[in-house]
Amino acid sequence: MSEPTRVESAPVLEARGVSKEFPGVKALGDVSLTVREGEVHALVGENGAGKSTLVKILTGVYQLDGGELWHRGASVTFANPRAAQAAGISTIYQELDLVPMQSAARNLYLGREPRTRFGLVDFAKMRRDARALLENYQIHADVDVPLNTLGLGTQQMVSVARAVALNANVVIMDEPTSSLESREVETLFRIIKRLKAQGVAIIYVSHRLDELYRICDTVTVLRDGKLVHTGPMTDLPRVDLVSTMLGRELQKSMHRSRTGDRTRIFDSEPVLELRQVSSRNRLHDVSLSVRRGEVVGLGGLLGAGRSETGMAVLGAQEIDSGAVLIDGQTIRNNSPSAAIEAGVALLPEDRKLEGILPNLSIRDNIAIAALPRLSRAGLVSEKRVNEIVDRFMERLHIRATGPGQKVGTLSGGNQQKVMLARWLCLNPKVLILDEPTRGIDVGAKFEVRSTIDELAHEGLAVLLITSETEELVDESDRIVVLKEGQIVAVLDGDEITEHDLVKAIAAIPAPEAESNRG
Amino acid sequence: MASPTARVAGAVTRIDRAAALRWTRDNGVYVALVLITAYNLLFTPRFITLDNLNVQLVLVTRIVVVALGMAMVIGTAGIDLSVGAVMALSGALLVQFSGLPGVAAIALALIVGGMVGLLNGFLVGYVGIQPIVATLAFLFAGRSLAQLLLSGKNPSIHNETILGVASGSILGVNNLIIAAVVAVVLVSFMIRRTNFGRQLLAVGDNARASYLSGVPVRRTLIGVYVFSGALAAWAGVMDTASITSANALSSGLNYELFAITAVVVGGTPLAGGRVRVVGTVAAAILMQLLRSTLIFHSATDAVSQMITAVVIVAAVYIQRVKARA
Repeated sequence: MSEPTRVESAPVLEARGVSKEFPGVKALGDVSLTVREGEVHALVGENGAGKSTLVKILTGVYQLDGGELWHRGASVTFANPRAAQAAGISTIYQELDLVPMQSAARNLYLGREPRTRFGLVDFAKMRRDARALLENYQIHADVDVPLNTLGLGTQQMVSVARAVALNANVVIMDEPTSSLESREVETLFRIIKRLKAQGVAIIYVSHRLDELYRICDTVTVLRDGKLVHTGPMTDLPRVDLVSTMLGRELQKSMHRSRTGDRTRIFDSEPVLELRQVSSRNRLHDVSLSVRRGEVVGLGGLLGAGRSETGMAVLGAQEIDSGAVLIDGQTIRNNSPSAAIEAGVALLPEDRKLEGILPNLSIRDNIAIAALPRLSRAGLVSEKRVNEIVDRFMERLHIRATGPGQKVGTLSGGNQQKVMLARWLCLNPKVLILDEPTRGIDVGAKFEVRSTIDELAHEGLAVLLITSETEELVDESDRIVVLKEGQIVAVLDGDEITEHDLVKAIAAIPAPEAESNRG
Repeated sequence: MASPTARVAGAVTRIDRAAALRWTRDNGVYVALVLITAYNLLFTPRFITLDNLNVQLVLVTRIVVVALGMAMVIGTAGIDLSVGAVMALSGALLVQFSGLPGVAAIALALIVGGMVGLLNGFLVGYVGIQPIVATLAFLFAGRSLAQLLLSGKNPSIHNETILGVASGSILGVNNLIIAAVVAVVLVSFMIRRTNFGRQLLAVGDNARASYLSGVPVRRTLIGVYVFSGALAAWAGVMDTASITSANALSSGLNYELFAITAVVVGGTPLAGGRVRVVGTVAAAILMQLLRSTLIFHSATDAVSQMITAVVIVAAVYIQRVKARA
């Protein structure tokens, strides 16, 4: 390497032979990790590999059962997250740990509010400082409105800014880009570069390979709670990284052959059709159709109206004008239950808020949407529920102690499979997938994606929403690009490339000819 | 579970402690019930006689019936403060309908109770008012209405059918106990086996996710409050029958609080998504035995209420323990 000093720079945070057990599970066994000053250290592995557990030990959330933590050359114990934070270890969690009802300014200074002489919170100073801090990193956000009124991406940036403001010497980022749009990702990377220059060590947990190779210096791979590889990022080619993570050769190429697929699309009537759907100021004259066996992708940035389009089909987003048709029929009374009855299924974007019933069992979670069909005169047929649950747990390879396990205790990937099972057991005609692979590990991603392929082959009409351009390009037979609630481009055939997609997303509103093709 | 031999000693104690707390949370109420019975067997044998147990159980039946409805409401992450007032109103209606056959009067009282629930459910489900506020309205309105109907009097009930609810017995078991047991079995069955019961728990666990899964969230909420109202009205009938007169001021007074206590001590989380029917019944009996035992030992009511407070805090404390993997 051209910068030998980088490699030799002092370790900031070290885990030495760390172990952690939970009832019945050995989450970590003898794992070591060394993070150095000014280094971006990738921490990768499938779900259940032990990444989160390791991060939680490093940040004082969990206490280790064996091994040692070293911070700046001294053995340390972090009794709680506060102690770790005081030592300069900041975390940006996958699921935001901010206070949604409070302003960005309050969140930035949570627990360390500037005080006036009288010991009261100095709100004026807090707002000023917050604004200066965000501006400094070119994050555009109103610091006064409640955080939950800002976009998910902006919230995440506030979370990053908060860590920076804590004068951290180690910043741990857990899937930081999962809710960011590409412009914000660039902002984040700029922040990371600055942190690096300041000698801050960064632990970067992500499933996005592109990002890892772009910004990380070192990589540590965990699998089943054990350390399987650690070394410079550049020494580990992509294919090797993925196979190290999975511990097996990839069974299926991520790229399906496009030419072979097109034959299965019958020149039939559309199953799902949107006719000039408008909704408040979120959607404007959106028209598109999906045929049997076809995967139509919805492209666009955050807030472009992709999720709203899905929700409009499900009847959960009010439509002011236009119509949604299933098999040529408009859905009677606009509600999710009517849409589901008509054959619509929607896997929501925010699994935790809109998807899972965390305290209920896998069985109840799968059966909830199908209950009306699984019951007679209001009585649930236990036998039929169990049949369906068993079938789908097997088909989707849901890994759990049994159908009685609470869904809240499953990994993200398995939760997503439970959600898929909830919808597939309805035998829908139209399946809308909103960010189906967000925040789940590489293995589960493959499984979810091959399930999508399978379903399309079986003749399901699929509407796919995903922020991962590669996934959108690979899976879609056609891509409809939205911008500010309007269709700005439709990509078909050879136009379906990441290059064309990015161009379409970045382009100014397109000529009318494009939008009429949907 | 795998053999723990390989575990580090520190880990074992931590794991066992979490498991122990979880177990206590789920079964604490039964243990407490056994303990208080054992205490009485050892130290106050006169207390544990068949006659006295019967008296204790009869006393607890009204709370059990009200608490069943409350448990369903709490299962949806709601609360129903109107139940005590509905009991009073129910008694007043029995007087109002005294010209009708007993069965008809009782049926009308139940219907009115259900309608109060309909109103509560409408306010919660459709208007979007917080349950505690929506049902608070009828906490006041219901009792006032009862007072208006009775115009300050406590008229006696003479109808044989109504009085029979409390005075009759089947195979030596008091009708009130039978009425409560029937209600327990019905509610338990409803929660476990019906569509409505499953949807109720789903709404309590995550209302938004339930809505997007096609669950009729508003209808479910209305249904839950209707059941709570009707069960409270039934408890009002039981109360009026055992006192043999209607009393707008004292009938069902503070029952909303007794019911919430039974539900919480019984292990139903206030956050919704879970209903523990048997736990609720056990908790209602526990609180009754606790109070009677203390009074039996000449403790004042003030002291017994303080001990009740301690039990509630302990129950809620145990609830805090999350079922962490």
